[in-house]
Amino acid sequence: MKTTITVNGEARALDLDPRTTLLDALREHLKLTGSKKGCDHGQCGACTVLVNGVRINSCLSLAVMHDGDQVTTIEGVGTVEKLHPMQVAFLTEDAFQCGYCTPGQICSAIGMLSEVAENWPSQETTDLTGKITLTDDELRERMSGNICRCSAYPQIVAAIKSAAGEMA
Amino acid sequence: MRPFTYERAADAQAAVKAAADTPNAKFLAGGTNLLDLMKLEIEHPAHLIDVGRLPLAGLEETADGGLRIGAMATNSHVAADARVRARYPVLTQAIVAGGSGQLRNKATTGGNLLQRTRCAYFYDTTKPCNKRAPGSGCGALEGLNRNSAIFGASHACIATHPSDMAVALVALDATVETLSPSGSARSFPLMELHRLPGETPQVETHLVPGELITAVVLPPPPKGGQVYRKVRDRASYAAGLASVAVAGGRIALGAVAHKPWRAADAEAALAAGASPAEAIGRELAGASENGRNGFKINLVRRLVPAAIAQAGEQGRGA
Repeated sequence: MKTTITVNGEARALDLDPRTTLLDALREHLKLTGSKKGCDHGQCGACTVLVNGVRINSCLSLAVMHDGDQVTTIEGVGTVEKLHPMQVAFLTEDAFQCGYCTPGQICSAIGMLSEVAENWPSQETTDLTGKITLTDDELRERMSGNICRCSAYPQIVAAIKSAAGEMA
Repeated sequence: MRPFTYERAADAQAAVKAAADTPNAKFLAGGTNLLDLMKLEIEHPAHLIDVGRLPLAGLEETADGGLRIGAMATNSHVAADARVRARYPVLTQAIVAGGSGQLRNKATTGGNLLQRTRCAYFYDTTKPCNKRAPGSGCGALEGLNRNSAIFGASHACIATHPSDMAVALVALDATVETLSPSGSARSFPLMELHRLPGETPQVETHLVPGELITAVVLPPPPKGGQVYRKVRDRASYAAGLASVAVAGGRIALGAVAHKPWRAADAEAALAAGASPAEAIGRELAGASENGRNGFKINLVRRLVPAAIAQAGEQGRGA
């Protein structure tokens, strides 16, 4: 089935079995292996990408559902010459050990900061009609869809806070 | 995943017509639950009708002071909507208590209502489950039933409905709008959407095959406070063990039955002047356990009066 998805700014024409997930289209067909397959069931967040600027689990979406969409993967977040502030912060804060969850963590964190900028509430938001402050509790709650089995969570929190300051 | 054909519906009428014309077709919206179940071959539709881009994602005021939520509105957008936060905070609280940020960005209002149970026996295709394989038996009945239903269960099925959002919608007395396969529209109370398991736990709703949910309509907000409380095994991104939505005088419970459970006996007792503890005691007189899920009865006994008190404080403060 023919579908065209703009990935990291470039229109990519694909001819796929409808069963192909967005994650498999990225990894197996476009050879963009930065997005990782952890659980393949939306539980770990390693496959997180941005679709039209919004973070989703690419393993729980069919590629054909994304005809015409703009997808950003870790490969499109920054370049080797010019890293994204979130990538710099993950390096500076040593926010990983094995690194397998990191592309998903970074894409998720970028999407999460956009959600905070739009004042979207979370479970930790006590005043639903006020302006959201990104406390540590808010940050941890909002990142709960990304698991790090090396348990680099304290450094991940520090990195995201640091990048949030840089990006503000 | 088993092979299937895929089409994107041009409009809602085309979607229901395609569903009526195609055997074993399913609507696909966000896909977060359906695709997961298809990977596990628990769901195996022959045809998917993608309704995710139908122009049903908006929220609009209704003439009587309520709010109509389009079926394709994502969980994130509904939870973040300023009108929902100001007038129906219990709905925002319930939505953000469910899933993860990534899932809520994809999951839709209609899809959330139609998500399927998280019962481990439903998910494990090597085990009996009357919901997945009618007639095979219920593995949970004498098995690992720690998170099974305490209200309205049958000998055929003790699974629970996992939605948080639906619990708040029942407490808010929401209405569901649908388009039937013949193309005609109808609406009915959301609390009549889901069925109890009875002898046919594989039939989970009162929708006819191929009927499409197009919207959920909230009446004007009730007088009094609104609160959603959820108890679970970890602080975030986990299904509930028990939850409660209080909206004015209405109370609904989650993760305790095959459907969002309206605590009508507790509501009646409260209205007649009973204390919250007495009221939930009245409701729990109808509860039953299967061994490992007995703790849920005590959980509900403590959770509900706490939520009623919290809602009462808010109601007085408003």
